[in-house]
Amino acid sequence: MGELEQLRRLGAGLVTAAPPLAADLPRRPWTFIQRWLAALGISGRALVIAAPALWLTIFFLIPLAIVFQVSLSQSAIRIPPYDPLITSDEGTVQMTLHLSNFIRLFEDPLYINAYLNSLKIAAISTIFALLIGYPMAYFIARSSDRWRNILLMLVILPFWSSFLLRVYAWIGMLKNEGIINNVLQGLGLIGAPIQFLQTDFAVYIGIVYTYLPFMILPLYTNLVKLDDSLLEASADLGSRPWQTFISVTLPLSIPGIVAGSMLVFIPAIGEYVIPSLLGGSGFLMIGRVLFDEFFSNRDWPMASALAFAMLIVVVVPIMFLQNAQNAVVSRK
Amino acid sequence: MAKKPIAADTRPWRDPAARPFVRIRHVTKKFGDISAVHDVSLDIYQGELFCLLGGSGSGKSTLLRMLAGFEEPTAGTIEIDGQDMAGVPPYHRPVNMMFQSYALFPHMTVEQNVGYGLKRENMPPRQIAERVAELLKLVKLEGYGQRKPNQLSGGQRQRVALARALAKQPKLLLLDEPLGALDKKLREETQFELVKIQETLGVTFVVVTHDQEEAMSLATRIGVMNLGEIAMIGEPTEIYEFPNSRFVANFIGSANMFEGVVVEDEPDHVRIRSADLGTDIYVGHGVDCAPDQILWWAIRPEKIMLTRERPAAADPGDANVIKGFVEDIAYLGDMTVYQVKLDNGKYMRVTKTNSRRGDPDAISWDETVWASWSNSAGSVLVS
Amino acid sequence: MKRGPLIPIIGTLGFLFLYAPILWLIIFSFNDNRLVTIWGGFTTRWYGELFNDPKLLGAALRSLEIAAIAASIALVLGTLCAVSLVRFRRFRGRSLLGGTVAAPLVMPDVITGLALLLLFATARAVIGWPQQNGIPTIIIAHSVTCMAYVTVVVQSRLGELDLSLEEAAMDLGATPVRVFFDITLPIIAPALVSGWLLGFTISLDDVVIAQFVSGPGSTTLPMEIFSKVRLGVSPDINALATIIIGVVALGVVTATILQFRRPKARA
Repeated sequence: MGELEQLRRLGAGLVTAAPPLAADLPRRPWTFIQRWLAALGISGRALVIAAPALWLTIFFLIPLAIVFQVSLSQSAIRIPPYDPLITSDEGTVQMTLHLSNFIRLFEDPLYINAYLNSLKIAAISTIFALLIGYPMAYFIARSSDRWRNILLMLVILPFWSSFLLRVYAWIGMLKNEGIINNVLQGLGLIGAPIQFLQTDFAVYIGIVYTYLPFMILPLYTNLVKLDDSLLEASADLGSRPWQTFISVTLPLSIPGIVAGSMLVFIPAIGEYVIPSLLGGSGFLMIGRVLFDEFFSNRDWPMASALAFAMLIVVVVPIMFLQNAQNAVVSRK
Repeated sequence: MAKKPIAADTRPWRDPAARPFVRIRHVTKKFGDISAVHDVSLDIYQGELFCLLGGSGSGKSTLLRMLAGFEEPTAGTIEIDGQDMAGVPPYHRPVNMMFQSYALFPHMTVEQNVGYGLKRENMPPRQIAERVAELLKLVKLEGYGQRKPNQLSGGQRQRVALARALAKQPKLLLLDEPLGALDKKLREETQFELVKIQETLGVTFVVVTHDQEEAMSLATRIGVMNLGEIAMIGEPTEIYEFPNSRFVANFIGSANMFEGVVVEDEPDHVRIRSADLGTDIYVGHGVDCAPDQILWWAIRPEKIMLTRERPAAADPGDANVIKGFVEDIAYLGDMTVYQVKLDNGKYMRVTKTNSRRGDPDAISWDETVWASWSNSAGSVLVS
Repeated sequence: MKRGPLIPIIGTLGFLFLYAPILWLIIFSFNDNRLVTIWGGFTTRWYGELFNDPKLLGAALRSLEIAAIAASIALVLGTLCAVSLVRFRRFRGRSLLGGTVAAPLVMPDVITGLALLLLFATARAVIGWPQQNGIPTIIIAHSVTCMAYVTVVVQSRLGELDLSLEEAAMDLGATPVRVFFDITLPIIAPALVSGWLLGFTISLDDVVIAQFVSGPGSTTLPMEIFSKVRLGVSPDINALATIIIGVVALGVVTATILQFRRPKARA
């Protein structure tokens, strides 16, 4: 039996047994009512979107609206500790909006100072994180395959371990009786212990240390994709290694630098744990001010106003930045 | 003025009274403001291996996706086996597709891939296993059932994709650039196998490709597409020897194209004066055109004859002969390509099969030659 | 290609900087001296003390429970969100959804914590629930933050998934729901796992939000640690830290090894 004959038998079995086309194929909503329902958004797709959307609306958007509401209210001795906005009294309904909290935000230098201080701390920390993180990322990217994986593992490990405990470690290390002071004294470099804790310096170390993996990883991702042939071409055209770095590597790694810096700068502004553990009691960062305003002063409306202001000043610009970034990317 | 040929008026492929299996009627697909497919109508008959041929942006892939159900036409209808496919999602159509990237499920074995469609039909497992085994035998992959796609070569993956697409015995099988990812040798072998399988099983194939050689060798009929519209539909010989427009003439194979004016328009012949060519063209049949009309004339390189002496005039009035100068020759082994420079500076591409081994008399560089052709060798094109 | 010694030197110093505190945590968890300044000999008694501290243990179990539940909620909702953002081309409120789900990533925790506390306070006044802040409120709060991370991770993986795989499945007769469970989910499974783990870790590590929305009797482990370390250094915390680092190290090493066992062809 020739091959073609075998094929024909095989084929006959496959095709002649094909069932006739179903008389009435199910098709997408075509009747008027179904189209109407679909227009309302009641479809499988709508449910998929609705579940997270609903959760986020209730547990994120509405809370933010409430923050705004409370920020327009006034502290009071009741539960909850603020006056309601809308009161009704003998047939009249009254809505009172207190702008006093927002006015205080601008008048009391405490808040503006805290905000500017936060920006300063975050910016300096980001720069240091970049200065330390860039060489590390470069080091990992340029390593051999096997070492690269080991080094990446070593960077990721702190990233996944509790950041609270790592900050605690610095308390232990920076104490006057801590290991750093002990070593320095032991080596005869200093006579008396240096006060590290409760200083700006400690907070810088804390922030740089905690956020270092966030700086390294995006930088690494960017640097590792760097085409070796570009560097070779540059060298071939007569460029010295440091020149190649400045003219080729650095510009191409800018997306990584931006990404890493954003990942450090933005959370650092609103940090609470690090300044309260490592900074002095007079050390002002906006996150801490809000926390104290809420828990120590029990002034919910003030805290809410501060939160709202932080939202406008910190979050909204970032949203715009994101949109701009996306627009640039999609235009490319 | 010659009418632009309506695509649906092509000759029915087998039986003049046959009902088309796939009817595409005035289908348009717009993405925003851009028309990817514009007013396309065509019929495909059962058992055909129909090729949609075109460059990128020609709309061929969009048309295929509309047949599969991944896109809905903005206007027009698509009927398969007499049923309107409007609103029918891909999972309810009697159509299966073989994707350009093969799209094999990486987390399933070859058997599971091939049997996936059958499982969706709730076929009993034993029957699925039998059918899968048959199919693997058909595509010559017996014994590969337990492998995962990443353990197969490119050609093997392609065969799995084919088997998977055939598993549900679709009425219509769509293939998106099926041979694109294969190297030349494998491509030729697979071309032959594809045709064999198609002819044996009698399934209607619609193949999308940008490779004209592929289309010419695979297809029973070709639909040439350009910028979202059908340029021409016909059998490979029709497309090649009787193109209906400059686009088609240039797209398939190569053609020497010359512009000219009609100076004689008779029912049995047409004379075209062409400054572009440098001589008159005498066409031995009537052409649907007006006197003094500007049109183009295309002739394939292999239809031109080169001689050292001026050949005896076969056609009245010194037509169909021109003098030229052989500027360049490319010897391709089976044939020779001559770049002949005409007196007016234009070039003519002429090919000749090397039927005589080591021909001492062969025309060589820098020779003055006469190019001539018969009065039915070229195509008159009005668009 | 810089092959000079400068980069490796700075690189190594950087890694030493990264690991110095971790080493300190581990070494001093075995120090037989409460003062953490002088080495008093090797001991494991702090580990024992750790397990005999009911407050700490209770907080630890509570935190694990909260983290597991919050991460799971975040996984389901975050995946749905990622699917919506990646696969559904245009719908009303798309940018709002994208912005809202990602907002916790850029918002300081203090704001999130405050906002949710106010929500629960208002809810208490309006509908009477929650009577008291506690584990459920912490879970809800964490689910929102964790969702942001899950969505980012899943969205990224989903975006890389070859659409033609899903189309092929549909072509073969699978409805969109079937396609999701048969094809999409198995292929993006690793992203789901890392998303869950990320959410779990974030929840387990959170101090600020928990401070806002926890109630009496529902302190979490980070809250306990935080209040303890404000008072000073304590070796049992070192012991706790060492255990956590050990578990994380095990996980990271396992994950890295698994990644190398399986040379996957990218779908």
